[in-house]
Amino acid sequence: MMNKVITPLVLAAVLTAAPALAQQSGGTLNLVIQPEPPSLMMGLVQNGPTQMVAGDIYESLLRYDTDLQPMPSLAREWEVSEDGLTYTFHLQDGVTWHDGEAFTAHDVVFSADVFLRETHPRLRATLEYVDSIEAVDDATVVFTLTEPFGPFLGTFEAGTMPIIPRHIYEGTDFANNEMNNTPIGTGPFKFQEWRRGSFIHLVKNEDYYLDGRPYLDEVYYHVIPDGASRAVAYETGTVDVLHGGSVENFDVPRLSELPDTCVTEAGWEYFGPHSWMWMNNHEGPMADPNTRRAVMHALDREFALDALWNGLGKLATGPVSSSTRFYEPDTPSIAFDPELAREYLEQSSYDGETLQLLPLPYGETWQRWAEATRQNLIEVGFDVELVATDVAGWNQRVADWDFDLAFTYLYQYGDPALGVSRTYVESNIAKGSPWNNVAGYRNPEVDAKWDQAALSASDDERQTLYTEIQNTIVEDMPVAWLLELGFPTIHRCNVKDLVTTGIGINDGLRDAWIEQ
Amino acid sequence: MSVIRFILARLVKGAVILLAILVLNFLLIHAAPGDPAAVMAGEAGATDEQFIADLRARFGLDQPLSTQLWLYIKGAIQLDLGYSYRQGMPVADLIWDRLPATLLLTMSAFVLSIMLGVAAGVLAASRQGGWGDTIISTVAMIFYATPLFWIALMASLLFSVVLGWLPGFGYETIGANYTGMARVLDIGRHLILPATTLGLFFTAVYMRMTRASMLEVSRLDFVKTARAKGLRPGIIQRRHILRNALLPVITLAGLQAGQIVGGAVLTETVFAWPGIGRLMFEAISQRDYNVLLGVFFVSAAMVLLFNLITDILYVIVDPRIRIGS
Repeated sequence: MMNKVITPLVLAAVLTAAPALAQQSGGTLNLVIQPEPPSLMMGLVQNGPTQMVAGDIYESLLRYDTDLQPMPSLAREWEVSEDGLTYTFHLQDGVTWHDGEAFTAHDVVFSADVFLRETHPRLRATLEYVDSIEAVDDATVVFTLTEPFGPFLGTFEAGTMPIIPRHIYEGTDFANNEMNNTPIGTGPFKFQEWRRGSFIHLVKNEDYYLDGRPYLDEVYYHVIPDGASRAVAYETGTVDVLHGGSVENFDVPRLSELPDTCVTEAGWEYFGPHSWMWMNNHEGPMADPNTRRAVMHALDREFALDALWNGLGKLATGPVSSSTRFYEPDTPSIAFDPELAREYLEQSSYDGETLQLLPLPYGETWQRWAEATRQNLIEVGFDVELVATDVAGWNQRVADWDFDLAFTYLYQYGDPALGVSRTYVESNIAKGSPWNNVAGYRNPEVDAKWDQAALSASDDERQTLYTEIQNTIVEDMPVAWLLELGFPTIHRCNVKDLVTTGIGINDGLRDAWIEQ
Repeated sequence: MSVIRFILARLVKGAVILLAILVLNFLLIHAAPGDPAAVMAGEAGATDEQFIADLRARFGLDQPLSTQLWLYIKGAIQLDLGYSYRQGMPVADLIWDRLPATLLLTMSAFVLSIMLGVAAGVLAASRQGGWGDTIISTVAMIFYATPLFWIALMASLLFSVVLGWLPGFGYETIGANYTGMARVLDIGRHLILPATTLGLFFTAVYMRMTRASMLEVSRLDFVKTARAKGLRPGIIQRRHILRNALLPVITLAGLQAGQIVGGAVLTETVFAWPGIGRLMFEAISQRDYNVLLGVFFVSAAMVLLFNLITDILYVIVDPRIRIGS
């Protein structure tokens, strides 16, 4: 078998992560967690808060740098066969679970093939391309695909494929296993205590397989439900790190200017949070492409970016984020142009009915954004009504297609096949979920290209196809693209190497250290 | 009617009311849009039909509503409040974990507001029309009219951020691992801002109530008689006026006491106090039905209990009131 060997980027990562200063060991890092996670068992729950804490406890085979190139994690090196069907991973030596048991390739097989197949919908979709997962020996695991699935190497991140201890879960009822409340992983930190409503306490894994790491002794995640209080927690020195999205946007400039405070927008490249407004293509006024175009051009997104998001993030140009692979910058223009919007509205079937607009119930910024959007739309001749809901109500209305316009944002997971196609392909139109092709976009030609692009092993071919796809979708305009959201991480400047990968703080704090 | 019989009768009545509350809450919650499976699926950011179906089966949401209700009532009668699939814990454990923090907070606020409110009311009444009265009444009016969350934010801004005297949130210093007296003092320091904030509104209410009631009673004939008998003003104030003036205050205290279990959602949220009010609030937004019903169940039971205690207190304070009549 001819193998294309991919050189691990260890050296590069170490060089960029370690400037002139040598890392110092010791210290306690205090962060906030918002909202409180439902569980820390990452095989069962993968929402943002869970991943942020459990990303210290669990690991996967790979990590990704800020250009989304794979880096070693539990796998120290890996090979991909030239036909793109066989992925061989060589695991790190001397890795143990937090309870002292040895970690082996059988844990990987159990996690991916048994546990996550049952519990993880996002990975389940990827595993459809996997024919077999086998442990060749204790330190080698081979994934064999049925078809050359292009983005496969991008799915070995801890939130997507967390490796679960086989000796604890095999043969049990996964959801009700008592050990779910005391998670056991291979990660740099061990679970110590979770006082619900107050804090989650992790301690250094002394037996971590990388010598000297982690540098921190202890990590506390403080549960602080109120946004203003989270800002106070940082100001009074109780916490050292405010991760992206943990304080209201209008507080970001003020907090950024505090002494000894550093801000970074890095660490979101893998997720690429991309916001847009769902438009109901199924029925009603938004079923008409001209109405949709009128909406798109009526939106003053520049204003929203500057006034509501403090200039953090950037304008989206289409369905793919600029940090995602195969991004095409030269798509047809979707710029703010009220004149053009009025023209499209003129040509459309819209007859003055009131549009129902659902803001995203995630705090003040989103509420204001919906109000500004309503104003934009009224100015070009729409009549718009804001519909207030809580999160559960929003989920249900969007899932039931009971809206005309609805704000949302989704992660892109670094590759169009993983995080973008799902909201535009016809096979993903199904009532009952707010995260599939809710808009109801149908274009069989584009669907065929999505399939082809996902199953191509050649990056050049994929780029060509994705460029065509992006151009066509922007032309059809099934949704109104808004912003690539910027989620700044605010932290004390003496906390170093907090964000070293494209997954940011969710990737665990194994490299973080405090300068004393 | 004997006291024992009265209490027994009230307990039976209470049980029936509790059951009615339970059914009503159950139906109201299930009438709200969205369910826990949809919320959890939503938080995961990606789903397929199998995932939602699995969750629904775990939550028991695939059963008809009447079956769910019957199962819940059957459990509640045996004091089994069910299981929170979302949190992976029995509801009773969740509530039990959070109850002490809430009781500490609300009881402190309760005691603080009664003592401060009654004292200020007595003081204001005895100086009716004077500058002392004016100051006390004005301050009380401000606390009465200002929204709680604003006071909470301002208090934490002033005492925590600007002055740095008191911790602005939390139950204790996380990571300090204090024990014994040091821990008690630490929790006490954390308690000051939330308890004061929570207590201010009722302090103002008690103050106004006590003041008005004192002034009213002091004009009654038996007070004039007492004065004519030449009793010392202090004794008249305490034994004759205050004791009679306290009845409406007790009624109000009964109301506030009813909120001791669940009435601190806002304060607990702003001050990150790990209590039951927040548990309830989170359960609402997550449609965690069992947790929500459990909290409602416990707080409704508490309201009934405190009503009973209030009624008994009436008799102790004013023996002319007859039990059960």
